[in-house]
Amino acid sequence: MPEVLKAPLVVEFPFTRSLGPVQSAFLSGLRERVVLGVRTGDGRVLVPPVEYDPVTSEELGELVEVALTGTVTTWAWNHEPRRGQPLDRPFAWVLVRLDGADTALLHALDAPDGPDSVRTGMRVRVRWAEDRSGAVTDIACFEPYEAGQAAAAHAPTVHDGRFADPVTGIVAPARLDYTYAPGRAQSAHLHALAERRVVGERCPSCRKVYVPPRGACPTCGVATSERVEVGPRGTVTTYCIVNIKAKNLDIEVPYVYAHIALDGADLALHGRIGGIPYDQVRMGLRVEPVWPDGGGHPDHYRPTGEPDADYETYKELL
Amino acid sequence: MPAPMPTSGAAPRSVPRPLRDIAVVAFAQTDHLRTSDELSEVEMLMPVLHRVLAQTGLRTGDIGFTCSGSSDYLAGRAFSFTMALDGVGAWPPISESHVEMDGAWALYEAWTKLLTGDADTALVYAYGKSSPGSVRDVLTRQLDPYYLAPLWPDSVALAALQAQALIDAGDTDEPALAAVASRNRASAAGNPHAQLRGPVPQGDYVVRPLRIGDCPPVGDGAAAVVLAAGERARDLCERPAWIRGIDHRVEAHGLGVRDLTDSPSARLAAERAGAFERPVDTAELHAPFSSQEVVLRKALRLDDRVHVNPSGGALAAHPIMAAGLIRIGEAAERIRRGDSDRALAHATSGPCLQQNLVAVLEGDPR
Amino acid sequence: MSAATTTVTGAATGTGRGKEPVAVVGVGQTKHVAARRDVSIAGLVREAARRALDDAGLDWPDVDAVVIGKAPDFFEGVMMPELYLADALGAVGKPMLRVHTAGSVGGSTALVAANLVAARVHGTVLTLAYEKQSESNAMWGLSLPIPFQQPLLAGAGGFFAPHVRAYMRRTGAPDGVGSLVAYKDRRNALKNPYAHLHEHDITLEKVRSSPMLWDPIRYSETCPSSDGACAMVLTDRAGAARAPRPAAWLHGGAMRSEPTLFAGKDFVSPQAGKDCAADVYRQAGIADPRREIDAVEMYVPFSWYEPMWLENLGFAAEGEGWKLTESGVTELDGDLPVNMSGGVLSTNPIGASGMIRFAEAALQVRGQAGEHQVDGARRVLGHAYGGGSQFFSMWLVGAEPPAS
Repeated sequence: MPEVLKAPLVVEFPFTRSLGPVQSAFLSGLRERVVLGVRTGDGRVLVPPVEYDPVTSEELGELVEVALTGTVTTWAWNHEPRRGQPLDRPFAWVLVRLDGADTALLHALDAPDGPDSVRTGMRVRVRWAEDRSGAVTDIACFEPYEAGQAAAAHAPTVHDGRFADPVTGIVAPARLDYTYAPGRAQSAHLHALAERRVVGERCPSCRKVYVPPRGACPTCGVATSERVEVGPRGTVTTYCIVNIKAKNLDIEVPYVYAHIALDGADLALHGRIGGIPYDQVRMGLRVEPVWPDGGGHPDHYRPTGEPDADYETYKELL
Repeated sequence: MPAPMPTSGAAPRSVPRPLRDIAVVAFAQTDHLRTSDELSEVEMLMPVLHRVLAQTGLRTGDIGFTCSGSSDYLAGRAFSFTMALDGVGAWPPISESHVEMDGAWALYEAWTKLLTGDADTALVYAYGKSSPGSVRDVLTRQLDPYYLAPLWPDSVALAALQAQALIDAGDTDEPALAAVASRNRASAAGNPHAQLRGPVPQGDYVVRPLRIGDCPPVGDGAAAVVLAAGERARDLCERPAWIRGIDHRVEAHGLGVRDLTDSPSARLAAERAGAFERPVDTAELHAPFSSQEVVLRKALRLDDRVHVNPSGGALAAHPIMAAGLIRIGEAAERIRRGDSDRALAHATSGPCLQQNLVAVLEGDPR
Repeated sequence: MSAATTTVTGAATGTGRGKEPVAVVGVGQTKHVAARRDVSIAGLVREAARRALDDAGLDWPDVDAVVIGKAPDFFEGVMMPELYLADALGAVGKPMLRVHTAGSVGGSTALVAANLVAARVHGTVLTLAYEKQSESNAMWGLSLPIPFQQPLLAGAGGFFAPHVRAYMRRTGAPDGVGSLVAYKDRRNALKNPYAHLHEHDITLEKVRSSPMLWDPIRYSETCPSSDGACAMVLTDRAGAARAPRPAAWLHGGAMRSEPTLFAGKDFVSPQAGKDCAADVYRQAGIADPRREIDAVEMYVPFSWYEPMWLENLGFAAEGEGWKLTESGVTELDGDLPVNMSGGVLSTNPIGASGMIRFAEAALQVRGQAGEHQVDGARRVLGHAYGGGSQFFSMWLVGAEPPAS
C-alpha cells in the first residue's frame, strides 16, 4: 500500500427542484415549443424569464412569447465538450438575444462548419429536442439561420403562461467525481488497522492521545506525529440503542451504537457492540474489537468478560 | 441590453470614515501546488497559521476574533471547515465565524468585528484544495440551478464568452491577452509561493478565444492574515497596511442581463472604498483569466503608472477560496516592505466577475 | 457552571466612538412545511424577505446590504447559492455576505448583520437564512460516501442519543423529562401559524408511547425536516425611529467555537456554550439570567437538549435543568417559558433554525408574537448551536434600547 492513501469519491444526487410560476411557465413552454419571456415594469423583455427584476428587484410575472430566432451577442468555441453539456461534438457556447427580447439566453450552437463559421451578430434559431420534458435541455441547441432577418418585425406577444399539465418541478441529477486523500495522519492509522492494530497520535504539547488521529491536536493547534498504539480493549462510555434501520446500512435492528474509550486513548471513538443482547449493554462495559477478514475498521466490539469499569474512571471521557 | 447598476439606497451617502483604524499586520501563505494529496486540509493549513501568528508573536488565545473562508464543494466534503478549525487550536473556546466565500470576505467580516470595538485583533484564513475534483465542473454548481446548471457550462467557457465580448467591443485582442498572461507570470518569477513562475507558452485554445496561458493554474493552497486595530497594529508590525476603505458589491446573476465587458460592481466597490480619491501605486487584482484583468483595469481606472499584480496574480497561483485573500495579503506585504505606499487589492467570486471586493491599503507616511 | 469563571480572550481595549445600537424592526418567515413545491429556492427566500420588509415598512431600495446564511451547500446542490439569489433578495448593486457556521448559522448570520450596523458600516441590513430540505435529503448531504471512513452507524438521532444518556447518568434525571419537552413544544406550535408541525391531537400519552428510535430518544422527541426561510431587518437608531412597529434592541450578542472532537470535550455541557452565554450576559449587564431573562428560544433538536441547555446557559445549576422542565417552569405560562414558538422540535429548516430562534426572541420583546406571546416579555434570549456541539451563537434582545 502506498504511504498516503487515495480513492475515488463520487458525489451524486438527483435533486428535485420545484419551479415557482414563472420558471414553470417557461419550462412548460419549451416542452410545447414556445419560448416565453417576462416583461418588466419599464417594458424590457427578459429571456429567459427570471422571477425578480435584476434592476428594480420587483417580482415579475407578465409573460410574453418571443421568436424562435435571434442574434448571437457573444460566443466561445468549445472543441472538447464535457460531461453533461448540450452536445457531444465540438460546438459554440452562445449568448443569444431572441427576437423580441432585450436580454440574452445561454445555450449551445451547433456549428458543423467550425469556429470560423461563428461570429457575434450571426442569426440563429432554436433546434428543439425530440423528447421534451419541460427543461432547459428541451432546446437541444441553436443552429445557424442566415436566412432569417433581424428583429423589428418580432414584437413579443402577450401570453397567459398557461399550459395543459404544466411542469412544476424538475429532477436535476448532478454528479461530481473527486479523488479523496485522507492525508498523512489518517493514512498511517488506516495502514495500522489493516494489521489489526489501532494506532493514534500523541500531541507533543498536551500529551493527549488522539484516535483516530487527525493530523492536528485540535486544542493545541499543533501537528501530532508520535505514534502510539492503543487498546485493543476499551470501555463503553455511553451508547444508544438503534431501533430504526438506516438506509445503506446492512445491520439488523435493534443494535447498540456506542462511544468506546480504548485503553490509552484520551477520547472515545464510535462503534457497534455485538456478542451480547442489546438490552444488556451498559455504560462501563469492557469491550474489544472484532476484526473483519482482511483488516480495516473493526466490524464491531464484543464484551471481554472483565468486570465493568468504575464510572469515575471514564466520566471525563463522556 | 445591459442592466444599469443601481446604487445602494436612494441617495448614496458620502464614504464614511471607519470607526477605528484597522490594519493588516501579518500575512502568510503556502507554496501553491498542483496537488497536495499527501496532506489533509488541516495539515496543509496549519503551518500557515503558525507562520502568520509567529510574525506577530501572538498565540491563538491572544486573538480576539477568528474568521475563515472555504467551500465544501471544492473537495466534496460537507462541513470541511469544522475539521480545518483543528489547526487553530480553538481551546479555550474562541470567538469565531466562517463564510462560504473567498477569504477576502472573511477578512471583511473580521474588519467589521474590529470596527465595533469588540476585538482588537483578528486571525483570518482561507484554504482551497482544487486538486481532488475537476474544478471546471465543480464551479458549474454555482450557477442558477434551473436554467444554467443543467447545461454544465464550465468556468472557462463562461470566461471565454466574456473574453469574446471584450474582443468584439475592441477592448482587447488575443495578442493583448497573451501579453497580460506573460506579464503576470514574469512578475511571479519573484514570488517563491507561485505555482507558475516565469514564462508559460500560450498553448492551444481551452475554450476559444481563451488559450491555456489565459487560464489560471489549478491548485491547492492556503493563506492567513492578522488584522489589528489602532496602536495594537503599530505594536505588532513595523509598517502596518492600514485599511483605508473596503467594500464589496454583487451584480445580477444572469450573464445575459449583464454587460460582460464592464464591472460596475467592482467600480462601485472601489468608489465606496475610496480608491478614486487618490491614485494607488500598486494593485493586486484577482483576475483568474487574462481577459478579466482587462475588465478590471478599466473599471478600476488603473493606468500604466500602477504596478499591477507584482505577485503574478491569480494567473500564477489560484487556490480557489484563498486567492482573493492572498491579493490583500500581497498588497499589505508590499506596504510592509516599503515597496508601496497606497495599494488597491481586489477579490472576486462567481461567474464572470459577478461579485467583487475592493480594499484600499496605505502605509504610514514616510 | 459559573459565568464568572469564564476567561474572555483577546478582549478589546478601546471602542473609539462606540457602537451604534442595533434594532430589529422587521421579522418575516415562511410557513414552514415538509416540502414547498410551489416555489423555487428564490421564491422561498423572497417570501420571508418580503414579509420582513413589510413588517419594517420598508422596500428593497431601503436596504443597504444583505447577509444570508444556510447550512451545507450540498443540501440543495447549489454551490454558494447567494450568487444566484442576489436578484431575488434585491442585492444587486449592494454588498452581500454568506455565512456558514453549521447548525448555528442562522444565529451567526444575524450577528454578522448586526455588526454591520453596530460598526456604522450600514444603516439598514436585511438578513436571512433558509433551507429547502425537500430538494435533496439531509442525511445524504451529511453522510457523503467518504472513502476509508467507517460508515455512520446510526441515523441523525444516533449522534445525539449517547449524549442524552450521558446527561441522564450524570444528573439522575427521570426517563420522562424528554417527553414533557416534546409535549410542551408541540402544543406551543399550535399557537404559531408558521410552525411546521401542527399536531392538534397531541397528548402526553402519545409522545410517551411513540416508537423508541434511538433509545433514549423517541420519535416524538425528534425534529422534523422542513423547507423554510426566516428574515429580519436590522437597523440603527434613526431607522428604528422611523419604524412603524416597536423595535427589539440588541443588548448582547456573541459566537463561540470549540473543536469538533477533543480529549476532555464535554458534549453534555460544552464550554463554548457556557462562554458564549457569559459573554452575552456581560454585554447585557445580566448577573442572574434565571431571574433577569423573561423567556428563551433555544435550539433543541431533540427534546432532552432543553434541560441540557438550561444548565449550559446558566438558568439552572449543573444537574438541575431537568427539574425546571419537570416543574413546568418552561411552559408557555411558566416562570421561564422556553421555545414559545414550538422550537426546532416543531420546525426545522436547518440553516434557518437558528435565525428563527433569534427572530422569535425579537418578536417576543416587540409584543408581536401573537398567540404564543409571553405577557410582558422585556428581555429574551435567542440561542443557536451546531456542528458537534461546537459552534454557538446567541443574542439577547430587549424591549428598551441599551442603556449606554
